[in-house]
Amino acid sequence: MGVSIVGAGMIPVREHWSSGLVELAVEAGEIALREADLTRVDALYVGNAYGATFNRQSQLGSLLAGSLGFHGAEAYTCEAGDASGGVALRTGYLAVASGAVRSAMVLGVEKATDIVGAARLSARNVSLDADYESINGATLTAMAGLLMRRYMHEFGLELAQFEGFSLNAHNNGSRNQFAMYRNKLRRGAFTKAPMIADPVSLFDTAPDGDGAAAVVLVNSEVAADLAPTPVTITGSAIATDSLTLQDRADPLYLKAVAESTDRCLEQARLELVDLDALELHDAYTILTALSLEAMGFSERGHGWAWSGDAGARIAPDGELPIGTFGGLKSRGNPGGASGIYQAVEAVRQLTGQAGDNQVQAARHILTQSIGGLGATVASHIFSAPAD
Amino acid sequence: MTADPNFLMKTDRAVGIVGYGSYIPRYRLPGSEIARVWTGGLAAAPVKEKAVAAIDEDVVTMAIEAARNAIACAGIDPLQIRAVWVGSESHPYAVKPTSTIVAESIGASPNVLAADWEFACKAGTEAVQASLGLVGSGMARYILSIGMDTAQGRPGDALEYTAGSGGAAFILGPADDSYAVYQGSYSYVTDTPDFWRRAGEVYPSHGDRFTGEPAYFAHTIAAASTLMEMMNTAATDYDFAVFHQPNVKFPARAAKILGFTPDQISAGLLANDIGNVYSGSCMIGLTAILDVAEPDDRILMVSYGSGAGSDAFDLRVTERVKEGPGAQITTADYIARRSEIDYGTYVRYRDKLKE
Repeated sequence: MGVSIVGAGMIPVREHWSSGLVELAVEAGEIALREADLTRVDALYVGNAYGATFNRQSQLGSLLAGSLGFHGAEAYTCEAGDASGGVALRTGYLAVASGAVRSAMVLGVEKATDIVGAARLSARNVSLDADYESINGATLTAMAGLLMRRYMHEFGLELAQFEGFSLNAHNNGSRNQFAMYRNKLRRGAFTKAPMIADPVSLFDTAPDGDGAAAVVLVNSEVAADLAPTPVTITGSAIATDSLTLQDRADPLYLKAVAESTDRCLEQARLELVDLDALELHDAYTILTALSLEAMGFSERGHGWAWSGDAGARIAPDGELPIGTFGGLKSRGNPGGASGIYQAVEAVRQLTGQAGDNQVQAARHILTQSIGGLGATVASHIFSAPAD
Repeated sequence: MTADPNFLMKTDRAVGIVGYGSYIPRYRLPGSEIARVWTGGLAAAPVKEKAVAAIDEDVVTMAIEAARNAIACAGIDPLQIRAVWVGSESHPYAVKPTSTIVAESIGASPNVLAADWEFACKAGTEAVQASLGLVGSGMARYILSIGMDTAQGRPGDALEYTAGSGGAAFILGPADDSYAVYQGSYSYVTDTPDFWRRAGEVYPSHGDRFTGEPAYFAHTIAAASTLMEMMNTAATDYDFAVFHQPNVKFPARAAKILGFTPDQISAGLLANDIGNVYSGSCMIGLTAILDVAEPDDRILMVSYGSGAGSDAFDLRVTERVKEGPGAQITTADYIARRSEIDYGTYVRYRDKLKE
């Protein structure tokens, strides 16, 4: 049974100082419900990574189902670090596709600014290996720094060769009212940006933010009567790799990216060339480069080359549009909500509602939500209805 | 939003500043020196340098210096002062008033009201608001209000670059004897926990970026714009404006949002030279303005205290400024009197190794 998206909603990624987790979630959820013309759904799957550590709040399923008026509905949190949004979407997809529920909302939400500074950093560290990484002072950004340094060493690369990824992200984000940082980056600024974990700099990594995004899923038979015919999910797959880099035979090969992409394409009966745009998990430029390699868009050691021409190749009018609304880098990375932002953005593209960021004649878009540095990878393919 | 005109605080009798004075300790710690120690020189400092109290200075000694300058400026007998109020977040004693020591030292006691005020960085202007009431009602002829701090910043914290030492003293009295007369004032307060120090703690904690938009800017701008609305004024009606100065950027940006030009705020913007002197911050800025103001100039002053709130004041300068500040040492003199120290000396002077 196919799965269609009949409603999508998101709020700007910001430091929402005056809104709590529930307010953020309800605002996005209500937009999606209004768009779906529904007042309730059978099930609510919440993508959230850090509710327990940022907000001291778990059981978001019950909390948010009540707040959204879905009293009594099946509702729970799906968690896989920063891939929480992607895995929640997978759960919603499975529930609707199986026929177990007729309709579901998948709601990604993260309220990051309840805590600040070092406290937030250590609260985020729960997604790392407690015994081997965070206990030794590692952070995800520190590990990304190690990975990027290894990649640069292995293939003889300079920092400037990653610049185009961030230039493209901020160009696209500058035209997206929901993006957290809408400034365009000046060429050359990337290599001079303040270092966070050398070589990962401030202009390399995605910012934390508060955000919420939601999609409403129904089975495609119900949706077939709707006009216009809604976007469908034609591929859905999750793969995992070892949680820590040290346990991977080849840390520069994101195995779970490769496996989830392959399965997703197979299910959708598509090839890489059929994909009109990618929403990648660009929390770090190194993740984008390595993802493109593992997916098969580049040979090993060449993924960085997609950032060439100041990002022109991956712009919305380029040969392979990536992060068409700014990606995590510019739109912001609200943890467990990021995967649902990607889904909403894919729907906006496929329904011609992407404004100045529109990818012309987009038919199929792949979104990829990653926990850790490729430990959990949730991939989805969204397809426009056949003409 | 249209302000209820009842929010405007205005005295029955006209009240003004009959004397003012400041104090800035001699020592300066450059931001580059702090960055050298903590970031290998990589961090960009939010101010050029900050004033640092010497090993034998504290809020009591510094408040006495500023009070003496203010009394000399006013040319009054200290026994005529009916209240001595000291606003600070670095009072040397948790229990025992700073203000009694100051009152006794300047010869104002014993027929005097004395109290210490606390409201983060607006403790000094809070005392000024209260002074307006006592003088404006006729209960007192002169009241001395002081904002003075030896601000604490945890070693290595972002605050360490700016947490400075210094402040100012104002004697409020009858408008006829004043350098500047209060036209109206307003206070805007909410429960906003952006910065705090719990009892027994040595260093304050802060909410990082939460200290910006929802805290400093929300309160500073609300207080300023509400007062201006009630006074029926625009930014162009003022010759000078001075805001609380936790760094250089914040007051500059608040000024811009409110429609003030850099020329209107430059005279009172001292953060680059002395850092953030907390309770004394905008008060010392006002002393620098009064030293250069002309009769009939109009001044907007807005404090900000974490926790949080802002006091806004509208002042009109009088003919008395032509007399100059009298025999006292001016704020400009104090800024020019400068001995640079290194981080190690700072650690010793501010007792950073105690535990």
